[in-house]
Amino acid sequence: MTNKFVFEPDLAAKKIYISREFNASIEKVWRAWTEPDLIEKWIAPKPWTAETKILDFTVGGVWLYAMVGTEGHKHWVYAEFTAIEIGSAISTLGMFCDGDGNPVANGPKSYRDTKFLSIEGNRTKVDSVITFEEESTIQMFVEGGFKEGTTMTLNQLEELLASE
Amino acid sequence: MRRDIYQAIADPTRRAILMLLTVGALTPNAIAEHFDSSRQAVSKHIQILAECGAVDQDQRGREIYYQLNIEKMKEIDRWMEAFRKMWETRFDQLDNLLNDL
Repeated sequence: MTNKFVFEPDLAAKKIYISREFNASIEKVWRAWTEPDLIEKWIAPKPWTAETKILDFTVGGVWLYAMVGTEGHKHWVYAEFTAIEIGSAISTLGMFCDGDGNPVANGPKSYRDTKFLSIEGNRTKVDSVITFEEESTIQMFVEGGFKEGTTMTLNQLEELLASE
Repeated sequence: MRRDIYQAIADPTRRAILMLLTVGALTPNAIAEHFDSSRQAVSKHIQILAECGAVDQDQRGREIYYQLNIEKMKEIDRWMEAFRKMWETRFDQLDNLLNDL
């Protein structure tokens, strides 16, 4: 059975579309995206692990977790929930963090809108759109402009992928 | 003003210029011939492309040729590929988790 993975950058629009189908009920998929102990099991690509510091799943609530490298190095990921429709949609505002997990107020921002759809065969389709506020946000990833303790840089990702 | 590669591709005329240059280096005049806009407007776009590092200048005699900076354009691809792989891996891990739920 195909999982129909779609990853489609539209750089001119500063957007990336990501879509995937899962062979599980929408209730299960929703739990996996919203319960910290479940999120931690898939959000960090191995051999990285994830540690949730805060997960306040309410509109205006904060989601702060760390991607932890094999040598204990932490990369904080900060998001604020801007909209929640229980069982069907989540919107977040992503911000860069300093080494202690504090968001950088005037740093670059990104937005993610995720929709969950029940499809035939007790399966679930998840559609995400990531929007970058400005071109330079993507560029910062490209240049690895954010070093230690902020977010995953290209080099770190490459190392990570090479070690898979 | 600091410019980046994404500003290069944010504009349809600039994307069209980049497409033209995939075939080979061109002078500003040769580029401008492909557009209805004024030479001046096209020159401005070329200047932005140069500032973004998307194109390089090559002085040949009295003419300046512009060519694609392939390495710079590849930056986008490389990052996108790493990002795509990260999501692919995440989703594969999520499949495993869902099987056990």
